Amino acid sequence: MNRTAAQVHGWLLLLPAAVLLAAFTHYPAFATLWHSFFTTAKPTRPAAFVGLDNYRAMFDDPVFWQSLANNFWFALGTIPASIGLALLMAVWVNGKLHGRAFLRMAYFTPTVLPMIAVANIWLFFYTPQYGLLEQITALFGLPNHNWLGSQSTALACLTVVAIWKEAGFFMIFYLAALQAVPPNLYEAARIEGASRWTMFRRITFPLLMPTTLFVLVNAVINSFRLVDHIVVMTRGGPDNATSLLLYYIYEVGFKFWDSAYAAALTMALLLILGTAAVIQFGVLERRIHYR
Amino acid sequence: MARTLETAGAWLLAILWVLPLAYAFWAAFHPAEFSTNFVLTAPVTLDNFASAWNAAPFARYFVNTILLVTLILAAQLVLCTLAAYAFARYEFPGRDVAFALVLVQLMVMPDVLIVENYRTMSQLGILDSVLAIGLPYMASAFGVFLMRQTFKQVPKELDDAARVEGASALQVLWKVYVPLAVPTYIAYGLVSISYHWNNFLWPIIVTNTVNARPLTVGLQVFSSTDQGIDWSIVCAATLMTSAPLLVAFLLFQRQFVQSFMRAGIR
Repeated sequence: MNRTAAQVHGWLLLLPAAVLLAAFTHYPAFATLWHSFFTTAKPTRPAAFVGLDNYRAMFDDPVFWQSLANNFWFALGTIPASIGLALLMAVWVNGKLHGRAFLRMAYFTPTVLPMIAVANIWLFFYTPQYGLLEQITALFGLPNHNWLGSQSTALACLTVVAIWKEAGFFMIFYLAALQAVPPNLYEAARIEGASRWTMFRRITFPLLMPTTLFVLVNAVINSFRLVDHIVVMTRGGPDNATSLLLYYIYEVGFKFWDSAYAAALTMALLLILGTAAVIQFGVLERRIHYR
Repeated sequence: MARTLETAGAWLLAILWVLPLAYAFWAAFHPAEFSTNFVLTAPVTLDNFASAWNAAPFARYFVNTILLVTLILAAQLVLCTLAAYAFARYEFPGRDVAFALVLVQLMVMPDVLIVENYRTMSQLGILDSVLAIGLPYMASAFGVFLMRQTFKQVPKELDDAARVEGASALQVLWKVYVPLAVPTYIAYGLVSISYHWNNFLWPIIVTNTVNARPLTVGLQVFSSTDQGIDWSIVCAATLMTSAPLLVAFLLFQRQFVQSFMRAGIR
């Protein structure tokens, strides 16, 4: 096969995927930027160029800042906890505990269930007066509390659901990494008389570092993408206490039908994800050096 | 001693982790008055499933979801295989730039481009269709990446040998590469099916009638009633919609876990 033919074949093979990717990933990303400089078109009035007005409105919008802050706390709550639990789960499942198969299944099950479905069940757990959590706190003589209805606890409740959903998924990556650790390292450490904790700290944890970085980037993305449970459990309330950035975009774009402002908000989200991307490329570079 | 403590901790965590599902089973199989009242003598019933099934057009939702998941997976397998083959075994100008542009989708997922993709679907005149739900996901950067890795491990000699015998590019792909990549296809397939079976935000945006809505959107009907929620029926509906995935997971646990592992490690 000559070179030109090979080049043409290469492009032809790529073409179908490239067209769809361009149409539904690259084009919309640029269209978002473009439309963020216009007003939302109304039946009576076409979209008009307004420059940075949408961004100015965004900077003056308390709900935007609150969603951003909420998202920050949600990320800070879910990321370390789900990664820590995932590591613990992986070490347990990889060890010689009784009933390992059951443990692995129990930890992993939330991953295959639809978020929207499990959110319904968690909604019941948090229900005031007769929900499961209320029944338990009542046993200890604690007063009634509306867990999802009060600003102080609603976001924390949603964070718990996200941790529960994600930890088992991240466990899988740690499990795979643990199985790749050469056993002779542990044997050598045992001869030196190292304790299990020392072995974990000095051998296991450093060797798992690339996995931790990979999981970390995924956890960051998920903390900006996971909003299904908000639709079912709180709808951003009470008083925007649980509105996350993507949820706010959904509200502005498809409840208030203000697509221009939603475009500006999407740009903020893309900026955050873009930063995560730059960090991941740095991480990937580093992972290659490990090998 | 430490070992006993660890085992206890591991089991405690596991019990916490299955608690929501265990509760769903309890509430779904018992009459409503036992949904918050846990007595072992409670009668077992299937009425909740019947009520849930009749409360929404679930048969239609099931058909839509199965159609959606099949359509997306079929398109993904074809498109990603072709693109991955090009990236793995062809030299053409702009290849590396094109590959970088594909990887952009790993970060800028269709899930966040909802506003503009809705506009596009509206302009194409395909709002409220299974096709509209599926289109943004059909060219998957993740799939291209995964298959490219697999194809690169296929010995080049096999490719050359087939070509010497006069096989065309597509024949080589079909006869040499695809059979060797079956484990990757299974892994990718399981991940894709569970992702799209569970997807919610985009489907609720592009659909507005029962004609195209998948199960996840249909399920929302139950929690959006303001006048008191019947937990038994909600739990029955929840189990019903997750059942196919759950049963598949319990039957093929090892494959599922290994697939997610294989798909995640690149």
